[in-house]
Amino acid sequence: MKTPNRRDIGFGFGLVLAAAILLPATHARADDVEVHIDNFVFQPAELKIKVGTTVTWTNRDDIPHTVVSAGKFRSKTLDTDDKFSFTFTNAGDYKYFCSLHPHMTGMIKVE
Amino acid sequence: MSGHDHGHDGVSRRKVLECMTWAGTGVLWTVTGGVPRSLGIIDSAQAATAAAPGMSFLQISDSHVGFDKPANPNALGTLEEAINKINAMPAKPSFMIHTGDITHLSKAAEFDNAERIISQSKLDVHYVPGEHDFLDEEVKFYRERYGRGTKGAGWYSFDAGGVHFIGLVNVVDLKAGGLGNLGAEQLAWLEDDLRGKSKSTPIVLFAHIPVWTVYPEWGWGTEDGGRALEYVKGFGSVTVLNGHIHQVMQKVEGNVTFHTARSTAFPQPAPGAARSPGPMKVEDAKLRAMLGVASINFKQNEQRLAIIDTPLQG
Repeated sequence: MKTPNRRDIGFGFGLVLAAAILLPATHARADDVEVHIDNFVFQPAELKIKVGTTVTWTNRDDIPHTVVSAGKFRSKTLDTDDKFSFTFTNAGDYKYFCSLHPHMTGMIKVE
Repeated sequence: MSGHDHGHDGVSRRKVLECMTWAGTGVLWTVTGGVPRSLGIIDSAQAATAAAPGMSFLQISDSHVGFDKPANPNALGTLEEAINKINAMPAKPSFMIHTGDITHLSKAAEFDNAERIISQSKLDVHYVPGEHDFLDEEVKFYRERYGRGTKGAGWYSFDAGGVHFIGLVNVVDLKAGGLGNLGAEQLAWLEDDLRGKSKSTPIVLFAHIPVWTVYPEWGWGTEDGGRALEYVKGFGSVTVLNGHIHQVMQKVEGNVTFHTARSTAFPQPAPGAARSPGPMKVEDAKLRAMLGVASINFKQNEQRLAIIDTPLQG
C-alpha cells in the first residue's frame, strides 16, 4: 500500500474511514503482499505472513514461470506480467518453486 | 537415407572445409569421438564399419515459436531463416533432430506455425521436448504431434547410418531446487535399450537440457544425467547433444563428447555472465550471429565426428 503523503492525508483519512464503516472486510487487504519474479528469482524469496493473507506473484521476466507448492497450490504457466494469487488459510511453512526452472525456490511462513 | 549422395566417400575433409567456407565464421570442430586404442577394439570397430558410407545430420534447437519480446520479436522469422539456410546446403543431410523448445508457450497455433516452417526443410525430424513444449494444461499438444511411437514422456531410440540415436526427455517431474530429470523409468528403459549393443556402435544421445552439468546455479544440468552417462561410457564413440542454453559449448570426456547448440530464436548469456539466464538483448545487427544450426558429419571408417555450428549470419 502506498503511504499517503501530507497533501493526501485528509483525502486518505476519509477513504480509510469510509472503508472502515462500509467494508470492514477490506481491512485484511492491507496485509496482502506481493512477490515479483525478476531475473529468475522470487523476490522476496522468503515471506512471513499471517493466516488469511493473500500473496500475489507477478512474473516480470520475458520467460514464463510457474509457482508450485507440492500438494498445496499450483499456478498456471505465467507469461510476462501474468499474476497468480493464493490466500493462506492455514499456518505452516510453504516451500514453493518454479516447475520449469526448479532452481527457483521460495518460502512463505504463515503464522 | 534419401537425399544423401552415397556416390561421395562420406564427408571428406575437403567437403567439411567446403562446408566451413559456406558457414562463414561458423565453428568447425573435429573430435576423436572414435574408439581409443587403449581399449583395443578400434580394429573391430573399423572392420565393422569400413564399408559403410558416412552420413550427416542436422541439429536445430530452441525455436521458441511464439516468443515476441525485444530480444527477438520475430522468432518464427529467424526459424524460417534457419530452414532456408538448411535448404541451401550443398549436401542435404540425412535428417534433422530438434532438441526442444519448439514453441514458447505450448499453444496449438505455435505448434502449427513451427510445423509449417520446419516442414519446408523436407527432412525427417526427430524431436525431443523442451520444458516450453509441455505448458498446455493437459500436456497433449507435443505428444499428439511428436510422441507417436515413443515411451513415457516421449523418449525413444532409432538407428541411422550405423549410429544408434537415443532421444531422452529431461524436462518432466522436476524437483524443487533440482536440475533436469530423467527419472527411474526412463533410465531403466535406457539401460535395457543399450543391452546387447556392440560396444563399437556409435551412440548419439540427445535431450533438451544438458545431460552434463554445465552450470547448476542456472539449472543447466540433469540431476540423474550421470546415470545415463554410466550406461553409455563403455561404448567407443558417444556424442551427447542438447539445446536449452542457446549457445555453443562443448566438452570431451574420454569417449564422450558433449555439444550444445544455438537457438534459432534468441541468445542467452554465458554462465554467470548476467543476473539470470533470460533472453539476452543484443543489437539487431548482431542477433543473427548468435542464432544458428549445427550440422554433424559422421564418418564411420575414420571414427571421427565433425560438428559445424552455423550462425544465421556470420
